[in-house]
Amino acid sequence: MKEKKDNKRFSWPYSPAPESKDHVALEAQYNHYINGAFVKPSGGQYFETINPANEKIIAKVAYANDKDVDKAVKAAAKAYPLWSKMKGADRAKYLFRLARMIQERSREFAVIESLNGGKPIRESRDFDIPLVSAHFFYYAGWADKLEEAFPGQKISPIGVAAQIIPWNFPLLMAAWKLAPALATGNTVVLKPAETTPLTALKLAELIHDCGFPPGVVNVITGDGKTGAALVNHPEVKKIAFTGSTAVGKHIQKATAGSGKKLTLELGGKAAHIVFEDAAIDQAVEGVVNGIFFNQGHVCCAGSRLFVQESIANTFIRKLKERMNTLIVGDPLDKNTDIGAVNSRSQWEKIQHFIKIGKEEGAEIFQSGGGEAKKGYWCAPTLFLNVSQSHRIVQEEIFGPVLAVQTFRTFDEVIQKANNTPYGLSAGVWTQKGSKIFKASSMLKAGVVWANTYNKFDPASPFGGFKESGYGREGGVHGLVPYLNIS
Amino acid sequence: MEVLKTYKLYINGQFPRTESGRYMKVLDKEGKLLANVCRASRKDFRNAVVAAIAAQAGWEGRTAYNRAQIIYRLAEMTEDRAAQFERELRKCGFSASSAKTDVRKAIDLMVYYAGWCDKYAQLISTVNPVSGPFFNFSFPEATGVVASFAEHQGSMYRAMALILPPLVAGNTVIVCADEQAPLALLSFAEVVQNSDFPAGVLNILSGSQAELAPHFASHLEVDCILSDKLSKVFSDNDMQAAAENVKRVVALDLSGNRPYGLVYIRPFVEIKTTWHPVGV
Repeated sequence: MKEKKDNKRFSWPYSPAPESKDHVALEAQYNHYINGAFVKPSGGQYFETINPANEKIIAKVAYANDKDVDKAVKAAAKAYPLWSKMKGADRAKYLFRLARMIQERSREFAVIESLNGGKPIRESRDFDIPLVSAHFFYYAGWADKLEEAFPGQKISPIGVAAQIIPWNFPLLMAAWKLAPALATGNTVVLKPAETTPLTALKLAELIHDCGFPPGVVNVITGDGKTGAALVNHPEVKKIAFTGSTAVGKHIQKATAGSGKKLTLELGGKAAHIVFEDAAIDQAVEGVVNGIFFNQGHVCCAGSRLFVQESIANTFIRKLKERMNTLIVGDPLDKNTDIGAVNSRSQWEKIQHFIKIGKEEGAEIFQSGGGEAKKGYWCAPTLFLNVSQSHRIVQEEIFGPVLAVQTFRTFDEVIQKANNTPYGLSAGVWTQKGSKIFKASSMLKAGVVWANTYNKFDPASPFGGFKESGYGREGGVHGLVPYLNIS
Repeated sequence: MEVLKTYKLYINGQFPRTESGRYMKVLDKEGKLLANVCRASRKDFRNAVVAAIAAQAGWEGRTAYNRAQIIYRLAEMTEDRAAQFERELRKCGFSASSAKTDVRKAIDLMVYYAGWCDKYAQLISTVNPVSGPFFNFSFPEATGVVASFAEHQGSMYRAMALILPPLVAGNTVIVCADEQAPLALLSFAEVVQNSDFPAGVLNILSGSQAELAPHFASHLEVDCILSDKLSKVFSDNDMQAAAENVKRVVALDLSGNRPYGLVYIRPFVEIKTTWHPVGV
C-alpha cells in the first residue's frame, strides 16, 4: 500500500495490514431512535452516508424534519419525570451497563468509526472507543454522589437537553454529551453530525439493549436545519453544542433571552510553543501528534507552532524528517498514521486554506503523496515564514496544516500565542519546571499540555476561554452545565 | 451656603467628566434638582474598557491575600463614610432606616467577599485522577473584563452583590450606576480610590441604560455582561450582540435572602486544566 518516503534510513515498504470488517453488522438503512423505538422519518426522507476513503455509500440514514424533532423532544420531556426522579444509584447502573457493553463491542464500533469518518483504525481502536466507554463509566459513578460534589448548594437537573455534536470524534463526542447529562438526571435528544451518524445510531442500539426507559435518550439524524429546529424547540431547556465558532455564535444568538442554558465547545487555533531548552525529539513527536492526530480535525489541534529562534533550524529539519515517515492511507490499515479527510466539503476547505497560504507568500512543505484516486486525502503540510497576520495563522483550518513561526523571548511568544480570539488549548515544551508554570498560567486557554499534547481523560475538564466557548466537559466540572445550582 | 459636589465618572483611577460634555439631572422625590451628573458616552465606556483590560492581568496576578486585603480595606473606608452614603441614598428616595440597613449590608458584604479571595480557588480546583502517568489539575482563572449595570434605586448593597464576585475572582469591572439614583455609587468611587485598588480595576459610570447597554453588549473586548436576573437592562438584541465574541452573559439572582456565595463567583471564572507528564 503506502510507503514511507524520502527517508534513507527506513525505506522499506510496509505490507498492508487491514483491520477485518467482516464482523461488523451494518444495515442498509437507519431510522431515528425516538421514545425507545427505531422509527421511520415522518417526511420519509433518507440521506446517504459515505466512506470518505473511497466515496462509497455505506448506508442511508433518516432525515429529521421539524416534526421528528418535535417528536423526539416530546419523548424526552415525557421521560424526564421518571429519569430525573429515579434514584441516582439506579441511573448509575444503566450507565455502567452501557460502558461495559461498549467495551464488549468496541472493535466493531472502532471499525465503523473509521469507515464512516476516515480516521485511522489505530486511533479509533486505541483512543476513541476506549475513551467512550471510560467516559460513561466515569459519569456513571457520579449519578449517586451529586450532592457530595456541591456541598452547601442546592442542585437539580435541568430538563430536556439538546445535544449537537461534530464529525471529528463522532462517538466520543456523543459520550461526552450523554454521560454527564444522563448521570445528572436530564433526558436527551442527540443529533450526530451529518457526515458521521453511524456510530451514534449504533450506540442507540446499545442504549436500547441496555434497557434504558423509552425517551431518556433519543437520537435523530439530519443536517443544520435539524439542529436549528432542535435548538429552537420551546421544550428544550438545555443546549450543549460542539462545533465551529460560527455556528456556536449563531446558537448563542438564537437562544438569547430564551432562558435556555447553553454550553459551547467551539473552535481553536492552539499555540504550540517549543522553547530552546525543550527535549527536542520529544517535542517533535508532540508537535506531530498535536497537528496530525485525526487528520488535524481536532478543535484543540496545535496548529500554530512557535519555535524559539536558536533551535528553529534543527527543529524544523527534524520535524520534516518525521513528517516524511508518516503514512497517509487506508483508515482501516493498522499502519496508517493519517487517514481520509472527513468529507468533500472539509477537503475543499483545507485545500482552500493551503492555496491562501501559498498566495500569502508562505513557504510550503508537504510529505506523503501517492494517495488513492478515490476518497479525500491531504498530505501533512507545513507553512514556514508566516506571520501573525496570515490567514492560515489566524483562522481555524481543521486539517493537517501547521503554520510555523519563530520567536526570541518568552514575553514575545506569550503575547503572540494569546493574540487570537480563540482560547481552547495550548502546548508548552521546556525542561524547566518554573517556565512551564509561568507559561501555562499566562496562556489564555482552557487546556494546557506541558511536555505532552492531545491527552484526554474523562476525569480531566475540557473546554475553552474566549471565543472557544464556555462550560467544561469532563471531571466534576463537567457536571455543572447539566445542573441548576443555587 | 452649602458647597455642592460635582459628581464625575471614575475611569482608570481618575475622575474625568464625560468626554461628550452631556449631563443628566438627578432629582429627588419632589422633583427638585439634586445634582447634574455625567451622561457617559460610548467613548467614555470604551475608555473604561481600555483601562479595565490594562488592569486585569495585574489585578488577577496579585496574591489572593492582597486582593482580600484591598477589598477588606474597601469595607473599612466605606464604614468611615457610612453617614455620607446613607445621606445620598436618602436624597434619592430611601427612608432613613432602609438607607442605614442598605449601607450596613453593603459593608458586611465587602467583608464577606474579602474573605472569599483566597478560598474559592481551593473549592473549585481539582486534581484529576487521569488514567496515565500525568499530573493533571484544574483551577479557576478570571474571565476578564465584566460590564454591568447597578439598578435597584441606587442600593449600595445590590451594587456590591453584583460587582464584588467578579472582583474577588480577579476580573476587572465597569459598572454603570442606577440611572435615577446614581449618587451613592458615584461617591463610592472616592472610597475605591482610597482603598489601594489599582487604577482601572473598578470603573464607575453614570448614564442612560438604554443608550449604554447595547455598547456594553457589543464591545468585542468585554468578556462578560452582568445584570440582576430580574433586570431587563439587556434586551434580546443586546444579548444577540453579545454572542459576537461569545460573551458570558451572566444574570445573578439577587432576590433571595442570601444572594451570595460560591455559586455567585463561579460564573466569573474559567477553568484551566494543565497536563504534566510524570517521569524521569
